[in-house]
Amino acid sequence: MAAAARPGVEELALLEKLLGLPRGNKYGVQGERKIPVLQTNNGPGLTGLMTIAAHLVKQAKKDQLLGSTAEEKAVVQQWLEYRVTQVDGGSSKEDTTTILKNLNIHLEDKVYLAGNTFTLADILMYYGLHHIMVDLTVQEKEKYLNVSRWFNHIQHYPGVRQHLSNVTFIKNRLYTNAH
Amino acid sequence: MRLRVAPGGPAALKVLAAAGAAAAPVRLVWGDPLERPLASLSPPWVPALELDSGTVLFSPNAICQFFFLARGEEPTDLTNQWLEWEATELQPAASAALYAQLVHGKKGLEAVEALGQLLDHIEQNLTRRGTAYLAGDTKSVADVVVWGALFPVLQDETSLPSELQALRTWFQNMTLSEACRKAADSVLMPKALLEFKSYLQKHPPPCVATERATSNEPEEEDGSERALTEEEITAAVDAWARGVAALPKPWKPQKPVLPVEGMRNVLITSALPYVNNVPHLGNIIGCVLSADTFARYCRLRNWNTLYVCGTDEYGTATETKAMEEGLTPQEICNKYNAIHADIYRWFDISFDYFGRTTTPHQTTIAQDIFQRLLARGFLLQDTVEQLRCEDCQRFLADRFVEGVCPFCNYEEARGDQCDKCGKLINAVELKNPQCKLCRGVPVVKTTQHLFLDLPKLEERLEPWLEQSWATGDWTANARYITRSWIRDGLKPRCITRDLKWGTPVPLDGFQDKVFYVWFDAPIGYLSITANYTDQWERWWKNPQQVELYNFMAKDNVPFHSVIFPCSLLGADDNYTLVNHLIATEYLNYEDGKFSKSRGVGVFGDMAKDTGIPADIWRFYLLYLRPEGQDSAFSWSDLMLKNNSELLNNLGNFINRAGMFVCKFFGGVVPDMVLTLDDKRLLARVTLELRQYHQLLEKVRIRDALRCILSISRHGNQYIQVNEPWKRIKGDEKDRQRAGTVTGVAVNMASMLAIMLQPYMPSVSLAIQGQLRIPPDCFILSHDFTCTLPAGHCVGTVSPLFQKLENDQVESLRKRFGGGQTEDVAVKPQAEQTHPAPATLGAPGDPQLIQELTEKVAKQGNYVRQLKANKAEKGEVDTEVAKLLELKKQLLLAEGKSPEVPVPKGKRKK
Repeated sequence: MAAAARPGVEELALLEKLLGLPRGNKYGVQGERKIPVLQTNNGPGLTGLMTIAAHLVKQAKKDQLLGSTAEEKAVVQQWLEYRVTQVDGGSSKEDTTTILKNLNIHLEDKVYLAGNTFTLADILMYYGLHHIMVDLTVQEKEKYLNVSRWFNHIQHYPGVRQHLSNVTFIKNRLYTNAH
Repeated sequence: MRLRVAPGGPAALKVLAAAGAAAAPVRLVWGDPLERPLASLSPPWVPALELDSGTVLFSPNAICQFFFLARGEEPTDLTNQWLEWEATELQPAASAALYAQLVHGKKGLEAVEALGQLLDHIEQNLTRRGTAYLAGDTKSVADVVVWGALFPVLQDETSLPSELQALRTWFQNMTLSEACRKAADSVLMPKALLEFKSYLQKHPPPCVATERATSNEPEEEDGSERALTEEEITAAVDAWARGVAALPKPWKPQKPVLPVEGMRNVLITSALPYVNNVPHLGNIIGCVLSADTFARYCRLRNWNTLYVCGTDEYGTATETKAMEEGLTPQEICNKYNAIHADIYRWFDISFDYFGRTTTPHQTTIAQDIFQRLLARGFLLQDTVEQLRCEDCQRFLADRFVEGVCPFCNYEEARGDQCDKCGKLINAVELKNPQCKLCRGVPVVKTTQHLFLDLPKLEERLEPWLEQSWATGDWTANARYITRSWIRDGLKPRCITRDLKWGTPVPLDGFQDKVFYVWFDAPIGYLSITANYTDQWERWWKNPQQVELYNFMAKDNVPFHSVIFPCSLLGADDNYTLVNHLIATEYLNYEDGKFSKSRGVGVFGDMAKDTGIPADIWRFYLLYLRPEGQDSAFSWSDLMLKNNSELLNNLGNFINRAGMFVCKFFGGVVPDMVLTLDDKRLLARVTLELRQYHQLLEKVRIRDALRCILSISRHGNQYIQVNEPWKRIKGDEKDRQRAGTVTGVAVNMASMLAIMLQPYMPSVSLAIQGQLRIPPDCFILSHDFTCTLPAGHCVGTVSPLFQKLENDQVESLRKRFGGGQTEDVAVKPQAEQTHPAPATLGAPGDPQLIQELTEKVAKQGNYVRQLKANKAEKGEVDTEVAKLLELKKQLLLAEGKSPEVPVPKGKRKK
């Protein structure tokens, strides 16, 4: 069994470590879908994976992970939203296929989700897709070639993967007739 | 940057409001929802923002965020939190509420209640923070995004419960702000929420509402499964007891059918099929079969109904076809009209009259409409450049010219398009043009044409459309297509052509011309009726008494919703205009398209050769009628539906009900003593029946079919639970129970036979015969009554449906080209045989093949011998080359690809 990041609190702990933040934040969960809540000393705390993750990034003073220009920021926001609505929302095989198909098209001409820079969108999308990628067959990985290339790249990005299992990708293509 | 929004998509609201609030310099493009989306990830109805860098944002919230970012307003933890909450919690619930409101017709208040907890969440946040806006005292992206999700559901603050005071104030503030008001006006203005409705109807209902445990949705009702009230049960029992006496007498109109004062007079047309081709299943379901089912339903409702159709016979395509087959155009029309009529007869289409457009009535009526348009100044004249062949004495339609492509110099480009480079060509631009008929050289001549002045007619069209949409049932796609046509601006439309085969234009200087088919063809509805009865004007010039339904596939919509109505409005003679325009989407074939040229798909004339009865075809096509979205014909699905729905569900129930009467009660319907369970069943069946009517009145033919299957499912369950076959062997009480259950079941079967008649007329007739249902019962009312009372004698009961076997269906799939991908893959190879050297003779020449086979064998032996003798390498290579060449020739002679012997790597396309 591969260790998988559950969406939510566990994932935020990974992010904290990646950002080099000291441990000490307290988290809770809310509702049926176990939405993470960051408890703060003053006020009701912050709710939601996207919101907390962005907060942590700012806390670590690594704002560039949220994008530098207005355009980049909006693109990062868009993919974070895609992550929490589509990736976390979908559970059927069909949903998964749609997500992989969409990402594969999007990543066709990009190194990272937001283009040429590594952002929070890559990190959270990696955590969110890990349990899906682990289960893909060699043939599927080849079918979603751009996703595989991106995923492999991100899992080797320093500090990202941590204790999560390494997903193997075969370099030479086996199913050349598939396309 | 370009912001593209579709008028129907709910998310349009927030992005427009955000653009306004942040004063973003966007260029707004109202996208046609039918066009391809801008960004690959976004469906066409979702807004998309195209930035100058080429990046496309497809998430409405990210677009809003971008507008505020561009103005220097950075997101905060709080705005982020609202945006995330809106995307994950509010948006799904709001969509579900909107769906319930618009599509299921739930009252506004109920929809608001469904949002209860979420509204509370906003209220609490506003009061706890004590701020005027969601993330502080100034308006931020959060306010716009949340408001944009709520506004379509709430409309104004009065629909909010009064205890949510802070929310009410905030919502009112937002709605009154200039940016939001403008956005609401431009998205919702003309038809208020109809825009949203048509959007929603085209998509599956949001499933979030049921999956989501957090939102306190009241139990999601599914028509049939909702609890029955006492009143409903009592009413159902009363109706049952009234029996046949309660039914109206079936209306048998005199022939010819004419409108009757005081009755509902329904005139039904299905799009006229073009004569020069055999219709495929998609054509059949899109037009004639849908219209037929509805016409049969109307007759069962005692509505005075006339259903007409016919073949559309004029035009270039007929001339071309005639040339191909070496016949005159009239002979072609006669031949194909008969083919069409045969096919529809086989499918049991109940036309009152099936005519054609090449009749004297067509000429009279078309010319009359033309003269009236001319007299009222709705026709324009203009000069057009066109190629004319002096030898043939005619102007050449695009497809009668060939020449060299002006773009790629391909020699055999057609007059409208080049087959090689695919570019569209204006026929006069062809180099070295040739007349396809006589190979003569045509010359460019100017020719006069007449145009229908649509821009001038628009002022008559708009009020009529508004009225027709408000009172009639137009499918969502028909409204969409019409709206986008009008929005793009109407242009004058040419109504004449330089052809011979058509209705002559009765005007000096136009003697050699005929009407363009699209002016002419819809007039066919009138002339075909005129051939049916000389009192045709009582149908077609009588909008006060007649309700007109047009059935068609969606590609025909503009001609029926804009052009033809404009002709009739301009002719100004009190014409009956369409009240209900019913357009289907497309039916695909096994994930591809029907294609006559590739022999893929089932065509009307082949359906009967499959050995599958017409009613099964009708059932399956109606079951997957492309209502609201495209659907696909599939052989395995046909087998599945036949075996599960027809054989195991419907057929099984009707057969068992009849068999029990025969076997246990000597063919006589037994006495029935209703228990509460039976009464509940009566009420349940009544609900389904009412649902069936509701759907069919809105021409939702496919959905109504589900009600029939649902009733028989209830019936099967009823028999299964009560086990009459066991009780019949029991004591007096058990035997009475068996009698009641059998009696109720056989009456359900009797009603199913009638409900089924519009869909499967022969099966319906068969049941009528088997159960001896009195002809006077063949009428549809809103109540389930006992039509086969105790003492009624049934006839001989036998199974209605046959199982379809896997082998049978597999072989049919093969025969009709199911595996399309294989076909396509094979084709290019086959074509490669053509450039074979002429000296080799025709591929497949047996003598040549034998000769070459021998040579290959001989040469092969020689090479082996050389190698065995360790001959010099140079010599071996020469002989091997000879051998390879011989093998290549052999392959060519056999008609196979010559490239196979080339070593290394596979060829790629």
